[in-house]
Amino acid sequence: MLIEREGLQVIDTDRPPAEPARLVDDFTPELVDVGTHGLCPGCGEPIAVRAAVEAIAELGLTQRTIAVFGIGCYTAFSNNLDVEVLQALHGRAPSLATGVKRARPDTAVITVQGDGDMVNEGLQEVLHTAARGESVTCVMLNNGVFGETGGHLTATTVLGQRTKNTLDGRDAREHGYPILLADLIAQLEGAAYVARCSVNDAGHVARTKRHLTRALETQMQGAGFSFVEILTMCPTGWFIDTLEAPAYLESTVAAVHIPGVVKDVLASRG
Amino acid sequence: MSRRLLEGSEAVAEAMVAAGCRFFAGYPMTPFTEVLEHLARLLPEYGGVCINAESELEAVGMAWGAAATGTRAATGSTGQGLSLMQESLAELGNARVPLVVLNMARAQGDYFQATRGGGHGDYRMPVLAPQDAGEAVELVQTAFELADQWRMPVLVFGDYYLAHTAQSVDVPAAGPAPAAPDWALDGGTGGSGRAKLISPLGSEKRRDDVGYDLQEHYRACATRVEEMAAGVEPQAEVVDADDADVIVMAWGTPARYIRAAVRELQAGGARVGFVRPITLFPFPSATVAAAAAGARLVLVYENNQGQMIDDVRLALEGRVPVKFIGGLSLDHSGFGIAPDLEVTTMRKRIEEAMC
Repeated sequence: MLIEREGLQVIDTDRPPAEPARLVDDFTPELVDVGTHGLCPGCGEPIAVRAAVEAIAELGLTQRTIAVFGIGCYTAFSNNLDVEVLQALHGRAPSLATGVKRARPDTAVITVQGDGDMVNEGLQEVLHTAARGESVTCVMLNNGVFGETGGHLTATTVLGQRTKNTLDGRDAREHGYPILLADLIAQLEGAAYVARCSVNDAGHVARTKRHLTRALETQMQGAGFSFVEILTMCPTGWFIDTLEAPAYLESTVAAVHIPGVVKDVLASRG
Repeated sequence: MSRRLLEGSEAVAEAMVAAGCRFFAGYPMTPFTEVLEHLARLLPEYGGVCINAESELEAVGMAWGAAATGTRAATGSTGQGLSLMQESLAELGNARVPLVVLNMARAQGDYFQATRGGGHGDYRMPVLAPQDAGEAVELVQTAFELADQWRMPVLVFGDYYLAHTAQSVDVPAAGPAPAAPDWALDGGTGGSGRAKLISPLGSEKRRDDVGYDLQEHYRACATRVEEMAAGVEPQAEVVDADDADVIVMAWGTPARYIRAAVRELQAGGARVGFVRPITLFPFPSATVAAAAAGARLVLVYENNQGQMIDDVRLALEGRVPVKFIGGLSLDHSGFGIAPDLEVTTMRKRIEEAMC
């Protein structure tokens, strides 16, 4: 029921709805098998995964792609995509991706890992894969917490962030400093494309897809290792209201892990 | 087939390539290192890939990725390096990914690691223990066949002596690598509505019920391990067990010293038989029980503090007394050269234990 409030027609949320909720549109993106994924409301990971599969499809790589998944909430999608998937153990996706690509150089290989998976458990893997200049694309969904375990400190958690094992906020004296992975990887000679982006609003989602597209193009041209870090919302693990999460990402997370293209070897070659 | 004088490391590397292996990843560690050296040289000659992995964790991960594309793949290390690989070895069978894993061990302390499933969960894998380079060449071929048949890791268990002793071996000519099996990933099923999934959490997509059913999956994995344990033919070498008073058992390269000592005792009139398990898993329990049926005593030599002896006791179910005549023997390097391994010493140990 619409009511007038402050001169606007708005839905009245002060009383029960006049009719039950109904499905307006059950749009399921291409290459996603099942529309439901079981992740929390407000989670940024489904948006990031969708951007990745859209980039794959638009580049015509659907029948050449092998996606290697890490372990985290996003693992819900390893069983839910219509591209071939190799599920890795926690932290190990870059070495599996290396084996896949070396054995089948004609494929497009993309890893999907979280910050806990990639930076905590498997930092060595992604750094060596980048240093070797492997022709694969590694994607990190960075929400700054172990979301699946319920909101615990990771190696990318920003200072001051409250987590279940830093109840008073991350304090550098106690817990050290966050690792800014995109900046670290960009220093390696083998890395050809490095970008950081986010999914907290439509404009950033569009940029994320452009970065993913560019990373895959870099891989398919054999220019070297490509890396896209995507900042994602985790209102559950951040212990904040779902609707506040995009703004929190912008003001707090993206203020430390700063979005932008860090390195683009193809562009600098002209 | 050509007969060549090769040290065991090179024979194993040649046998891998002959068996169709086209991907290897490893991290140097004595006495495994030379296998990596030979494969780094050999594999590119056959269109294969050998990667110098930055750790054992990455070595097994790279091999996992290559194997998932249907490429015959292998990795290896010593027992210490295999300890680092155990998480992956535990899950490869759950993911139904075949892989040959080489343990060029230091002495024989990794028997439990190899045969008990050194990682987490309810799994075992076939374990093949050659006594010399010639047998290693045959068992490497068997290992790739078993890995493909059961879609799980298969361990080939050597040691310092195997790796570094040169002998004449028949090396089969390298044939073409086998075609990738139907389940292998190549990207081609993307967008078909039936895109392939290879996952240690279960590779069946459950479209109507999002996520993985782990109880159902792990039970199915355990069933496949049971089928493998019943389906792989146990192998053992049995010498003069029929009217033996005492059976002496050993495995791997030390068994050659034990067998020689048994021969010396036989020449002196002693009724001594010899049993050497070749498959450590499945353990040749029926063969051991049959060989020891008429014996009053079974002696077990291992270059460790006593591990296979547990399987011997399980095989005999208390019907025949079992005594340990082994014990860890290492030179100062710790790499697995055993001062004890000398035929006269072994013969005296057997004689003392027989009395």
